Amino acid sequence: MLRYFIKKIQSLALSLLVASLVIFVAVEVVPGDPASFMLGINAQPETIAALREQLGLNVSLWERYFTWLTGMLQGDFGTSYTYRTPVAEMIQDRMVISLPLAVYALVLSTLIAFPAGILAATKRGSATDTSVMGVTQLGIAIPNFWFAMLMVVVFAINLRWFSAGGFPRGGWGDSFADYMAAMKALTLPAIALALPQASILARVMRSSLLDTLTEDYIRTARAKGLSKRQTLWRHALRNALIPVLTIIGLQFAFLLAGGIIIEKIFFLPGLGQLIFQAITQRDLIVVESVVMLLVFAVIIVNFTVDLAYGLADPRLRSGK
Amino acid sequence: MSLLQISDLSLSIGHTQVLHNISMDINAGEILGVIGESGSGKSMTAFASMQLLPERATCSGKIMLSGKDVLSLSERDLCRMRGNDVGMVFQEPMTALNPVKNIGDQVAETIRIHEPNVSKKDALQRAREALNRCELSEDRFPLTRYPHEMSGGQRQRVVIAMAIARHPKLLIADEPTTALDVTTQAEILELLIKLVREDGMGLMMITHDLAVVADMADRIVIMKEGHIVEQGETKALFASMSHPYTKALFQASSHQPERNAEIKETPLLEVKNVSRDYSLPRKKLFAPAGHFRAVNGVSFEIKRGESLGLVGESGCGKSTLTRAILGLEAVQEGEVLLDGAPVLNNRSVRRKLQVVFQDPYGSFNPRWKVRRLISEPFYLLDHPPKGIELEKALDEALISVGLSPSDKDKYIHEFSGGQRQRIAIARAIIIRPDLILLDEAVSALDVSVRAQVLDLLAELSKSYGLTYLFISHDLSVVRNITDRVLVMKGGEIVEQGETHQVFDQPSHPYTKKLINAAPKLPEDLKDIA
Repeated sequence: MLRYFIKKIQSLALSLLVASLVIFVAVEVVPGDPASFMLGINAQPETIAALREQLGLNVSLWERYFTWLTGMLQGDFGTSYTYRTPVAEMIQDRMVISLPLAVYALVLSTLIAFPAGILAATKRGSATDTSVMGVTQLGIAIPNFWFAMLMVVVFAINLRWFSAGGFPRGGWGDSFADYMAAMKALTLPAIALALPQASILARVMRSSLLDTLTEDYIRTARAKGLSKRQTLWRHALRNALIPVLTIIGLQFAFLLAGGIIIEKIFFLPGLGQLIFQAITQRDLIVVESVVMLLVFAVIIVNFTVDLAYGLADPRLRSGK
Repeated sequence: MSLLQISDLSLSIGHTQVLHNISMDINAGEILGVIGESGSGKSMTAFASMQLLPERATCSGKIMLSGKDVLSLSERDLCRMRGNDVGMVFQEPMTALNPVKNIGDQVAETIRIHEPNVSKKDALQRAREALNRCELSEDRFPLTRYPHEMSGGQRQRVVIAMAIARHPKLLIADEPTTALDVTTQAEILELLIKLVREDGMGLMMITHDLAVVADMADRIVIMKEGHIVEQGETKALFASMSHPYTKALFQASSHQPERNAEIKETPLLEVKNVSRDYSLPRKKLFAPAGHFRAVNGVSFEIKRGESLGLVGESGCGKSTLTRAILGLEAVQEGEVLLDGAPVLNNRSVRRKLQVVFQDPYGSFNPRWKVRRLISEPFYLLDHPPKGIELEKALDEALISVGLSPSDKDKYIHEFSGGQRQRIAIARAIIIRPDLILLDEAVSALDVSVRAQVLDLLAELSKSYGLTYLFISHDLSVVRNITDRVLVMKGGEIVEQGETHQVFDQPSHPYTKKLINAAPKLPEDLKDIA
């Protein structure tokens, strides 16, 4: 397992390095000088030169890449061209909402999908199976923003259980009550984000488990005297997990920044909103940093999924 | 009283009746051979005894296993019975074990499921003993081994250890050696006999191969299409062979097709000093990849009209060599010449060479009609036939393999295994090649179908002047259809010569070992057949 881990760490570091280079080059080769863009078309060349120096744009490409990279390693992402505040701070403010929201949605999605998928697979062809398949079909087909609005109407406007949007001004706060208030604010958005993901995940779980249940070793286990239920828990589930883990990994990366419409509906100042604003205002350094952060998140998630594969399947550990 | 007594058992799956009023019994310490071709219901008899049947199956009749009426037991009691009173060994050792659990846990599970009070440590200790009995020693096969770290034969030993861990009274083995090499097969059969003798178990040995059970079974049951056609003491049954089907099975197992193709002196295929390497996975991220030499300096030639056999066990390099001859992969050393020209990336040479693979189910695109399947090799020609000419070629190919021209508008799922293999041969001969590679082409077929296909091949070789390279692990087939034979081991050819000479007087120890390990029908019985 240790060798597998080291091998994965090596390729993790390499992918991150390559990703940073690609993002940097892609953003830098786009025509248009941020300094002239910020100062407008009537700016004096001297002013532009001064700003370029201030922004650190007057040195070579490699030097800037190196500064950017080492800065990032120390948590310094540069300063936003538009807001003149450190990018790191802006991202941090948004991450406080986006990261818990993504985790919350993913946990919900898994909690719904696992039992539903297992139930449908073990009762294949029954009414239960048909209902699970029908509901998940709807879950995939219905856009989550429509679902979000529906929940606002029912739970916020009619029942008044939740607020219709926004996030507590004090953030996560210090007391348990503050914490609960923040969680409450994230509940409806998390459900809206989780439902389509849960539907996909439940279907993957079902089909993966169905494949596993027809394997020869399941028959071997039954011949040993295991009941159907014991066979499911001891032999089928772990083998069925690999495709499910893959989907969970993909979903997390999506949930982290893909929830922009949901963020809009619930007035949540999350990462999705930040990147949307940055793109419309040509705030390239913010775009660069957020994209790098997302790439970092995707790679880290994939890395975790890879490690989970290794735990689930000994064949991968030995590289065979 | 018998250990297992099956009386008037009928079994239906959906609306199809699979077993018709079969009756048989096994006594303690007895080996019962159950023989039949695919679809004869032999495996279903075993699954019915364990009540591990598909969902829509219904049984009638009676199955008594050591005094228990199996068909009236509850699922809970059946779980207590399985693994405890009766153990089962399956055909496919490669997939019969859970890949994510180590062998110790899997064997110990049989013990813990039936004796919940046994501690994990004690269960593992007993698992160790069961594995030792199956000749998997502790130093080479610790309990922490995973199935993927073991060969097919070793995995089959683990499956057997699981089945016998609780010392059941009855062991059911469903084609336990069919997927294994001859030498491994001999070892596994020996192990099964040893365990039966030591524990006084009853053994139901299910197989399609008469030779496998001929010298081990006390009694034999012969099944066909869900009926028992004949059963009795092995010797008496072989001596009398009262049922025509039994006789037919016998004749088919030792069938020797009539061959009188003309062999010319000119070599058709020349394999000169061929070596083939595969890259191994890198040990470290930037370390150079290692190599594994699968075929090492192999040279031989096939004369026009000749039928050459290539035998060897799995992993010996047969398949790699086949791919090199077909020009599917470049070789690292040496060359492959057909009619004096290199095969690799050479369409005009490639069209003289066709192949028939082992799996009659997997080697066709299920969405194509037979017409398109068998006319595909025409793409190798610069001016492929069209219209009436094409139809004529298709009809002729189908007729020559014993099918009808009307079959060309059917899909492949409408044919049986034997018919599919005929279609594969039709696909190979349609562009009139000189050489056909038969890669385990009859291994997946039942003995009676195999005999027909071998006859067909002999006939075609005469009428079309075909040359065959017959690649197989099945020595009896190679013996009956080839003129010369090559024996391959560890990527090298260790012995070659006239077929009858190699088989009658093998010189290399490996050849001797192979020939001794292959199950044989007793000589005196062959005369009867």
